[in-house]
Amino acid sequence: MLVQAITEFLGAPALFLEAAPQRLLHLSTVDIAIVVLYFVSVLSIGFYLKKYTKTGDDFFLAGREMTAWVAGLSFLAANLGSLELMGWAGNAYQYGILAAHWYWIGAIPAMVFLAVVMIPFYYISRTHSVPGYLKLRFGEPARALSAVSFGFMTVLMSGINMYSMALVLKVVLGWDINTSIWVSSLTVAIYVTLGGLLSAIFNEVLQFVLIWLGALLISIIGLIEAGGWNGMVARIHHNFPGQDFTHMWRTMGSFTDNPMGIHWAGIVFGLACFISMGYWTTDFLVVQRVISAKDLRSAKLAPLIGAAFKMAVPFIVILPGLLGLALLDSPGHHFLVPAAQAAATGGHSYDEVLPIMLARYCGPGLMGLGITALIAGFMSGMAGNVSAFATVWTYDIYRAMFRKEATDAHYVSVGRWCTILGVLVSIGTAYLVMSFASIMDYVQALFSFFIAPLFGTVLLGMLWKRATPKGGFWGLLAGTASSIGMYIWVKVDPGAVAYIALSSHAKEQAQNMFRALWCGLFCIVVTVVVSLLTEPKPEKDLVGLVYGCTPIPSEGHLAWWQKPIFWAGVILAVFVALQIIFW
Amino acid sequence: MHRPGMLSIWFFIGLLLLAYGILILGAGIYELSNPPEHPVVLANLHAGIWWGALLTVLGLIYTLKFKPRRGN
Repeated sequence: MLVQAITEFLGAPALFLEAAPQRLLHLSTVDIAIVVLYFVSVLSIGFYLKKYTKTGDDFFLAGREMTAWVAGLSFLAANLGSLELMGWAGNAYQYGILAAHWYWIGAIPAMVFLAVVMIPFYYISRTHSVPGYLKLRFGEPARALSAVSFGFMTVLMSGINMYSMALVLKVVLGWDINTSIWVSSLTVAIYVTLGGLLSAIFNEVLQFVLIWLGALLISIIGLIEAGGWNGMVARIHHNFPGQDFTHMWRTMGSFTDNPMGIHWAGIVFGLACFISMGYWTTDFLVVQRVISAKDLRSAKLAPLIGAAFKMAVPFIVILPGLLGLALLDSPGHHFLVPAAQAAATGGHSYDEVLPIMLARYCGPGLMGLGITALIAGFMSGMAGNVSAFATVWTYDIYRAMFRKEATDAHYVSVGRWCTILGVLVSIGTAYLVMSFASIMDYVQALFSFFIAPLFGTVLLGMLWKRATPKGGFWGLLAGTASSIGMYIWVKVDPGAVAYIALSSHAKEQAQNMFRALWCGLFCIVVTVVVSLLTEPKPEKDLVGLVYGCTPIPSEGHLAWWQKPIFWAGVILAVFVALQIIFW
Repeated sequence: MHRPGMLSIWFFIGLLLLAYGILILGAGIYELSNPPEHPVVLANLHAGIWWGALLTVLGLIYTLKFKPRRGN
């Protein structure tokens, strides 16, 4: 659960499919042709774009000339990546519609906040990365701490995703695990090395379209079979009388009333206010796509376009899980079982619900499209990790610490080598995880330690002039250390859960939420206290970085429907309506 | 993005959707005349045919709308 709790934000729900008895799907010739055509296409795009990738801005920021639509779809595709589709469909089968919290309250407010409040500072400062912003605002120590942790953890996450993907392909299609790892990772390495972020973004848009077209059909045919939404709900109630799988908030009043063991306060204050805000507004993997936009208005619209599609993603991810509950199960009996039980009995685990539904409805051709959607998801996430890694290591570590003065061409060359190095380290991590599977839990937990505190630091940096370089650095360090400390405390003394998550009934999902809340608050408190005790930067050094010191370009000349703030309002209204409809 | 001579990403997407649409539509029509021994659930909907047709139309629209033009 810990892994699943964290990894929505990292784009990698955990899958434990080792024990599946036999491959689930068989591909026909036309299916294989569709998969091969996909690989040929992404590689061709990489080769085609190489000639357009000459400068550092081209390679690391796609020339800063993406339209709002391209940046927005790529922003979402980088997160949709990895094992999102299968992992969260499995969660929906296990916990019902509660899993949609990670798509709605766990994403939409943060994306809107990024667009409306934070993007102007990222964009106007002309930073190339989030650690780069910290350098401008708080100085070198804050940048170094953020860059090293981000670069290191990103490439490790990429390896874990790669291993999980290979495992899925082995279980679902019977493909050799080594072949899957090398073919997929080398494909990503080739197209990102050739075309940098430009190539990654182009392919992410392509992958986004394929993910939707490949997965959408399952939900459509599933709803037809179930007799529409009402028919599906009736079947679920018939199969599991007395249990509630189709309401999002009604069972959140107590830790013991819902299968996730979570309370609404954890969702609202931990997930929505810190984890989700931290991920969507400060994780460079996604922010990089937005700051590649061609102008400030496009950069503000990009997360809003991403948010609009994010709200719809449950239709292709959560709904298949619910359809599984309605159509695969019989009264009182789950067809799919927990991973450990599947391992013992040779049955199918929760995470296999999506490929099982795919096999249920999709014949030759459509099956190939569905598998291509899964592979596209894996690769878009991997490319996102690798391109962000190359940028941060080249600009925020190599240039900052090893070679401050070099030509632009030199840094592009370093970026290309970093891409290859990142992929090789990812492959190494994948094999390490293969030998020591428990590493997955620890590495992904490590990544989560940095998300909530980083949000506190960046937020204060952008909105509070008085925040000082020392305050920013010590706040970030203290927040991270407190998160690690709480994690260790619970590991050493499980009774500590009652203090950290406010209930001994809290499961790991809830612990994660509350840990984020406390470490985020601690980061803010330390930043404020240290800032008040230390010397602030002069205001002239804060121009372009902080609210109140930065002239924000007026949008008065735009029609009302062209203004990002209007679309932010529309998205928030739809978000609230969804909460009420599925209350 | 608009660089002189650069093909649009939507053109690439159109081409791929067109190819996929033709393949899936072809497989669906073949299945219609040669029904499989173990058909999928709701095979009577012939999802391959209408989904393949949809991809073909979408692919055609995007390919034509974003095809490279002289002077670009």
